[in-house]
Amino acid sequence: MSDELYGAAIKELAAREPATLDHPDASATQDNPLCGDRVGIDIRMEGGRVVAFGHRVKGCVLCRAASTLAAEQAVGLDAEGAAELADQVAGMLKQGADPAFPALAAFLPVRPHKSRHNCVLLPFRALAKAVGGA
Amino acid sequence: MIKSIREAFPALGRPGFHYLDSAAMAQIPGMVSETIAHLNRTARSNVRRGLHEMARRADEAYDGARDSVGRFLSAPPEEVVFTGGCTLALNMAAWGLGCALGPGDEVVVSRLEHHSACLPWMALAKERGFALRWLGVTPEGRLDLDGLGAVVTPRCKVVVATHASNVTGAVSDLPRLAEAAHAVGAVLLVDGAQMVPHGPVDPRALGADLYAFAGHKAYGPTGIGVLWGRAEILAGMAPLVVGGGMVGAVEDDGFTLADPPHRFEAGTPPVAQAVGLAAALDWMGGLDWQAVHQQEAALTWHLLDGLRGMDGVRIVGPLGLEARVPVVSFTVAGCHPHDLAHLLAERGVAVRGGAHCARPLMSALGLEEGTLRASLAPYSDRADVDALLSALSEAVAVLR
Repeated sequence: MSDELYGAAIKELAAREPATLDHPDASATQDNPLCGDRVGIDIRMEGGRVVAFGHRVKGCVLCRAASTLAAEQAVGLDAEGAAELADQVAGMLKQGADPAFPALAAFLPVRPHKSRHNCVLLPFRALAKAVGGA
Repeated sequence: MIKSIREAFPALGRPGFHYLDSAAMAQIPGMVSETIAHLNRTARSNVRRGLHEMARRADEAYDGARDSVGRFLSAPPEEVVFTGGCTLALNMAAWGLGCALGPGDEVVVSRLEHHSACLPWMALAKERGFALRWLGVTPEGRLDLDGLGAVVTPRCKVVVATHASNVTGAVSDLPRLAEAAHAVGAVLLVDGAQMVPHGPVDPRALGADLYAFAGHKAYGPTGIGVLWGRAEILAGMAPLVVGGGMVGAVEDDGFTLADPPHRFEAGTPPVAQAVGLAAALDWMGGLDWQAVHQQEAALTWHLLDGLRGMDGVRIVGPLGLEARVPVVSFTVAGCHPHDLAHLLAERGVAVRGGAHCARPLMSALGLEEGTLRASLAPYSDRADVDALLSALSEAVAVLR
C-alpha cells in the first residue's frame, strides 16, 4: 500500500501557497503530458545566480510538494547547480542514490512508483530550464 | 449472464482485481487470444502476394476478417478498411478528406473529441488554410446541438463528431448531426471508439459517412483499427500512406491507385490482428445485447448513485441513463485525479485519471486537472463498482 506517499511531510509541502514573482528575468514551463500537470517557474537573477523565485503549479500532491521544495532550494543556484539539483532528484528516484539533502528524503516513498517519478521531477526540471535559459 | 461473460476473460480471474478501465483498453477473451495464436501457427504468411498454401490460408483468414467486420457494421466488406488503430483511421480520414480543402472551406469539430479526432484537423487546417470551427458542449457534457445550424454553414465540408464521449459517456445524436452536415453537402466523420464496445453499430443507418474504431477497445488485440466508409466517399479519398499493395499501375512518371479498401492498406497489413478483431466482434455478435445493456445500465446507475452520495464529488457527464455509455467521469474536491487513481490502484481498482486525451473538452468544462474515469464493460459486475466506491472513500481520507 502506498498511502505513505501521502505522509504528513509531503502533504505539508503541498499545502503551502506557491510564491509569486513579478517581473522575472526568466521563466520556464514544464508539462507532464501523461497527467496534464504543469509547472511554471519565474526567477530573478543576479551575477548568474537565482535571487528570487516564484512558481505556478497545476498538479497532483507530489508535484505541488516537489515544487515547494524546488522553491526552497532555488535561491543561490546557478545554471550548473540547478541542473545538478534536477539530476540529484532523478538519481534518488531512479538510481537509488541517497537523498542529496535531508528534505528530499520526504520523496523516498515515491522511488518504487516509476509512473510518479515525473510528478516529482517536473518542478526541478522547470527550475533547471529557467535558470539555464536566463 | 455476467458470470459466463466474465469467465471468457482470463485476465479477470485474479481475486481482488477490479478492472474499470475498459474505455482505455478492454480485456480480451481467451478465445480471441487462441484465434490469433492459431493463425500464427497455421497461416502466418503475407496476404495478397503469395501462391503457396500458407499464403492461401492467410488470404482466406484476412478476407474472412473483413467479412466479419462488415457483418458487425451491417456493411459490405469493400467498405471496411483495416488500419493500425483508431488514431490512424481518423488520420487517414482527415487526410483523405482534408487534403482537398483550402481557404474558404470550414471543418466543424466537436469539443467532445478525443485528440485523435481533433488534432489531425487542427494540423491540416494550419497547413491547408481552411477554418476550424468548434461545436460546443452543454454543462452536462453533451454536444450542444442548439447551435448546430449556426456552426455548420454552407462553407462546411466535414463535420467530425464522437459517437460516444470517452470522458462524459454521452452518446451523440448522429442522425441530427448527419442531417445538418448533409444539408450543406458536408461529410460526417464519426469516432466510434467508445460506442463499438457496447454492441454492433450500423453507421450507414445512423447517417455517418465515415466511421472509425479501435480493436483493443472492442475486446480485440492492439495494433488494429477500422475505417468504414461509404463506397462513394472512399472512392474519392486520397490515401495517407502509399507503398506496396495499394497501387494499380506503376510507371516511371507516376502510379494509379487501387480501388478501396486496398487503396488504404499500403504495406503488410496487420493480418493476425485483423483476424483477432474479427473473432472479438464475432464473440460480441453472439451476446444478448438487450440483456447486456440492462446490466450495464443497472451498474452505471449503481455507480452514479454511489458517487452522488459522496462528499465533494462532481460527476462530469449525464447524471441519468439516457443516451450514455457506461463511462463515468468525476472529480473529488481537494483531490487530484492522479493521486486518487494511484491510491485506487493500490486497492486493486483500475481506473484512469487525467485529461483522457481530451484537452479541448477539459478546458470547456473547467477541468484543468482532469477527471477520474471509471468505465464498464459487459464483464463488469457489482463487486467492481462496490470496490471502487469503497476504495474511493479510503483514498479521499488519505488525501484530505
